[in-house]
Amino acid sequence: MSDQTLILLALSLPLIFSGVIAITGANRNLRDSLMVGSAVVLFIVVASILPSVVAGGRPSVELFDIMPGLALGFAIEPLGMIFALVASGLWVLTSIYGIGYMRGAQEKHQTRFFACFSIAIFAALGVAFAENMFTLFIFYEVLSLSTYPLVAHKGSEQAKRGARIYLGLLLGTSIGLLLPAMLITWWLTGTLAFQPGGILQDNVSRSVGAILLILYMFGIGKAALMPFHRWLPSAMVAPTPVSALLHAVAVVKAGVFTVLKVSVYLFGLEYLQSLWSADLVMWVAAFTLLAASIVALQKTNLKARLAYSTVSQLSYIVLGAMLANELAVTGGGLHIVMHAFGKITLFFCAGAIYVAAHKTEISQMDGLGRKMPITMFAFLLGALSVIGAPPLGGFWSKWNLLLGAVDAQQQIMIVVFLLSTLLNIAYLLPPVVRAFLLSPPKEDRDDHHDGHHEDHHDTRGFGHRFGLSEAPLFCLIPLSLTAIGTLLLFFFVGPIRGFIQSIFTGVM
Amino acid sequence: MTLTEQLPILVVVLPMFVAPLLAVLASRGQLPWLVATITSALTFVIAVALTSQVMASGQIDYALGNWPVPFGIGLTIGPLSAMILMIVSGASTVALVAGRESMNAEVDPSHQALLYASWLLALTGLLGIAATGDAFNVFVFMEISSLASYVMVANGPKRQALTASFKYLVTGTLGATFYLVGVGYLYMMTGTLNIADMSVRLGEVSDTLPVMIAGGFIMLGLALKAALFPMHAWMPNAYQFAPTPVAIFFAACSTKVALFVMLRFQYELLLPNLGPHAVFLSSWLIPLCVGGFLVGSAVAMFERDLKRMLGYSSVAQLAYIVLGISLVSSAGITASMIHFFNHALIKAALFVAVAGMIVRFGSSNLDQLGGIGKRMPLTVLGFVLAGVSLIGVPLTAGFISKWYLIQAVLAEGVLGIVLTVLILLSSLMAVVYIWKVVEVAYFKEPADGHGGQAAITRQEAPLPLLVVLWVLVAANFWFGIDPSLPISLATQAAASLVGGIQ
Repeated sequence: MSDQTLILLALSLPLIFSGVIAITGANRNLRDSLMVGSAVVLFIVVASILPSVVAGGRPSVELFDIMPGLALGFAIEPLGMIFALVASGLWVLTSIYGIGYMRGAQEKHQTRFFACFSIAIFAALGVAFAENMFTLFIFYEVLSLSTYPLVAHKGSEQAKRGARIYLGLLLGTSIGLLLPAMLITWWLTGTLAFQPGGILQDNVSRSVGAILLILYMFGIGKAALMPFHRWLPSAMVAPTPVSALLHAVAVVKAGVFTVLKVSVYLFGLEYLQSLWSADLVMWVAAFTLLAASIVALQKTNLKARLAYSTVSQLSYIVLGAMLANELAVTGGGLHIVMHAFGKITLFFCAGAIYVAAHKTEISQMDGLGRKMPITMFAFLLGALSVIGAPPLGGFWSKWNLLLGAVDAQQQIMIVVFLLSTLLNIAYLLPPVVRAFLLSPPKEDRDDHHDGHHEDHHDTRGFGHRFGLSEAPLFCLIPLSLTAIGTLLLFFFVGPIRGFIQSIFTGVM
Repeated sequence: MTLTEQLPILVVVLPMFVAPLLAVLASRGQLPWLVATITSALTFVIAVALTSQVMASGQIDYALGNWPVPFGIGLTIGPLSAMILMIVSGASTVALVAGRESMNAEVDPSHQALLYASWLLALTGLLGIAATGDAFNVFVFMEISSLASYVMVANGPKRQALTASFKYLVTGTLGATFYLVGVGYLYMMTGTLNIADMSVRLGEVSDTLPVMIAGGFIMLGLALKAALFPMHAWMPNAYQFAPTPVAIFFAACSTKVALFVMLRFQYELLLPNLGPHAVFLSSWLIPLCVGGFLVGSAVAMFERDLKRMLGYSSVAQLAYIVLGISLVSSAGITASMIHFFNHALIKAALFVAVAGMIVRFGSSNLDQLGGIGKRMPLTVLGFVLAGVSLIGVPLTAGFISKWYLIQAVLAEGVLGIVLTVLILLSSLMAVVYIWKVVEVAYFKEPADGHGGQAAITRQEAPLPLLVVLWVLVAANFWFGIDPSLPISLATQAAASLVGGIQ
């Protein structure tokens, strides 16, 4: 198959399967196996585009012009390829995990849930493949709208409120800031195409460019720069698979991916360096990075803590983009991958803990490592990777970002990165320490032997024979795989880094 | 003479002749509905034929009774009029097809034949305004359509329909009178009523006081008719209490016709002949438009009745159209005209969906529509998708409108940036009021009497309504992805109108 066909296939598959899932909803075994099957097929399709991109090709499809000069088109370059691979690859694991979680937690409306999930993946791939800012914007909005029902899924007052903040901030920033930025860009340059080296430098004065940068960076609400970060903690009312794939990978990475795309292909790094507002955005990102970490320290709910940790980690990438040199942008690109694997592991674990032990607070996690050793060990690996400790993948992205800061001679940013690493340790390791080193509370142990077995027959997971109470295998396998992934990424980072650097050099 | 040459007059005369037939026959069954629908559909077909003629070979001039134009009455159909003819006849057909069950539920069978007769008269009037090239003729058709409209609104199921109709009547009559006074002045100064002729002769008397006064009267009269903020109070009221099909019809087209006349007078008569008029027009209209879309959207956020909410949303949307007109630029007119077309599609779809809810649940109040998304999923989904178009999300018709409007506005420099911000603010308010409906429909449990799982049965809107709704929704996406038809009509019209100024 030609690359063009593959691109269109990759985009249409999740859309078609969303419909199939909606139709086969009555038979849930059929529906769920179809879903996993479709995720695998999708990943294979996306992966088979990889060779030609690695070879330096930029496969593209132009569908049609919506308005004169504004086309709906797709073109794949390394950053988009990586984002698409991460999103579709982790979608396979999340779909497996989702089955275990949704059944284990006995959630309602599973069909609507999985159908919307598929549309969200479609939108994420559209963002990854977009050939111009206009196409990207369309899919960006589809992503916001399709994830709204997922956040409001429970239908409780709290869920509705969370979803309202979620949609309000995401649509608000995109319509209120990003759209005008695009309109002005279009009006000044007559194009919205992503071009190596940028499209603005010849047509737009530095003062206007600086304002455009502010509009773009805050307009991309999914990158969660403060003060537009509130939607991310609000989204945590969603079922955990949503938090895992969408709010650690697809949605937030779509945001920072857009930041990188805009920085590299609309502004161009040289032009970006010359703008005063690049410094401003960098400082805001540095502030977000530290402030979100400090907030995370104070959160006692596990998912809330992880959410703020995500806010903080996203700012690494924005900061990297604003440093505007090749090392930092490479670090930002790597961080999309590394953080995705680390954070999805953490969320998978949080969900597993909820399904198996019905615990959501960190204070309840004392001694949990004895009952759920696999989960907690995976949590440890994920945490270390997010912290950036070797030998885990997260080390490389932070290393590159640090080098980028050194290269840009931003000493304060170096300090910010190091300080943040300390904060990461302080908020990510306590749950693990509690789980492994403290003894479980007494009443919990009694509970465990009385009621637990009768109440939750179908949630009874793996390892009961050994006195363990792990989550169902459907949950356990994916989280183990992603944890192993963080480890492997440390050793096999070379090709990925080379691939990202080919943005600048054109060859690997 | 072939039939195709007679199309311009046929589109007006056809409903006019059928209307008295309906009133005389006054039969009770479904016959009046059927006749009205077929007539309306025929006018739509004629309008489409006219549009394709105009697109192929430019403006059509038609002399009534073969009297040459300054002496007889002339019809002129350019790209803009062709688009309006399509919108009006299309909206009427859509409302009739979708609204049969609502009509049966809301209007006494003995009144229906007369109501349909009025409907066709209103249709005649609105089509006539679009087709004619004569200023006095516009007034005549305006009165025909208005008188018929008052009757139609007064037939609403609640007693408040009478006061709503009365308010409408007072405002409408005032508007028409002002307009007539203005036309009188112009006639006094030029001795002609044909708009094209008037435009030539005004050159000799430009910048005289009577012409300026005429301009003022005409603008004020049309602003009342078009429910331009702050003269909009009659409109949400009329939409709320009119029979639902009537609301669909009017929401999609009636005030737009007044805006069409305003556009013609401004660009064909006043702007070319009054020196400082462009500045005057912009400086008066722009603040009113800004007030219109901000207040309209803000009030819509707090309305609980869907018909009323959509009425206020129309106040805001019409303000966008007038904003485009008041920019006095070719880009502005293009944007306005595109929104003429797109807003008709959006509002018709939204009102059709609401009509479906009213047929099944007897109410358009949000407090009584909890959990409706489970009971009529297709209808509500249609509403939401049309709402997404209203907000202006990419790939919908609404987005194309916003895009063109903001491009036109940005050309105005600093003022443009301020206006852009305000327009986007208003769009965000649209998100709020559409999403209010989404929450009630999907995430709120059904209200009293329908509680419990057992009561949730599918009660989809009647099939014809559903088909019409989805055709409109599809059109919203079609013209969001391939907007070449409205864009080409709009750019043609803008070129000819702005050409008149320079």
